[in-house]
Amino acid sequence: MWQALTRLYHKLGSPKWFYQISGRCMPWFLIAGSGLMAVGIVWGLAFAPADYLQGNSFRIIYIHVPAAMLSQSAYIMMAVAGVVGLVWKIKMSFIVGKVIAPIGASVAIIALLTGAIWGKPTWGTYWVWDARLTSMLILLFLYFGVIAIHNAIESEEMANKAAAVLAIVGSINIPIIKYSVEWWNTLHQPATITLTKKPTMAPEMFIPLALTIIGFYCWFAFWVFARTRNEILLREHRTKWVKKLLTSKPANNNGAST
Amino acid sequence: MFFDSFSSFIQMGNHGIYVWLSYGIFAVIVAANFISPIISRKKVIKDLERQMRREQK
Repeated sequence: MWQALTRLYHKLGSPKWFYQISGRCMPWFLIAGSGLMAVGIVWGLAFAPADYLQGNSFRIIYIHVPAAMLSQSAYIMMAVAGVVGLVWKIKMSFIVGKVIAPIGASVAIIALLTGAIWGKPTWGTYWVWDARLTSMLILLFLYFGVIAIHNAIESEEMANKAAAVLAIVGSINIPIIKYSVEWWNTLHQPATITLTKKPTMAPEMFIPLALTIIGFYCWFAFWVFARTRNEILLREHRTKWVKKLLTSKPANNNGAST
Repeated sequence: MFFDSFSSFIQMGNHGIYVWLSYGIFAVIVAANFISPIISRKKVIKDLERQMRREQK
């Protein structure tokens, strides 16, 4: 058992192995993610009943909550990748941490913008400087910080280390976001769904939300794989297997195949 | 279907603008996340191939 785990661990650190496995997984993540998102969004937009308090504006939940959850999960993944990279000096880990940053930032932007738009009909304002909204904005800035470090520092090794440290230090923000609705008075409602309790929403509202959440995570995996593979090609272009790959297949192949 | 007609689906009881604007922003950012790695993959492959050709000469 332990041996199998260490073997898997070393394989994960190998760019070539990661490139091949991710190529095989990507179509499945794309199919699963797109199917779940399509069903969840159509269900949420057209078939779920309107909220008795918020009316139809509550339908924004089907993209707002998945985006908000994913932007925080992605940050945790980036921080963990930073720890793994710093402690065990694994190149692949730094690459994954680097490619998560722009994706996470874009997802945080979705969460913030849809939240602001949702706030207008519900709270009467697009923005308030309360704990939940401000801590989410800080999350976005932390993503920007990681992106900026990679852009600004020439030495790849230095950039990786600095970005990892920022990601790790910034992860203190994650519990602040999570508990902000409990610690401070805020306009933002408390968590709609938790892993530990039964959902308080009606099933015909909750099931499409569960679908879009899982679907969005599948898309995220697809995006991370796609960007990581590009980084691998760039960094490993002197190796035999990349040269073989480039000469043996047509250049216009942009698909997920190995 | 929750709505009686297509126009009431679009209007969403006066919340249409908020709902559709949110989903529009979502669609644009999702599309960008799908397209951007495809574009950079093409560029990476093109650059590396040019480099390989140069080295062979």
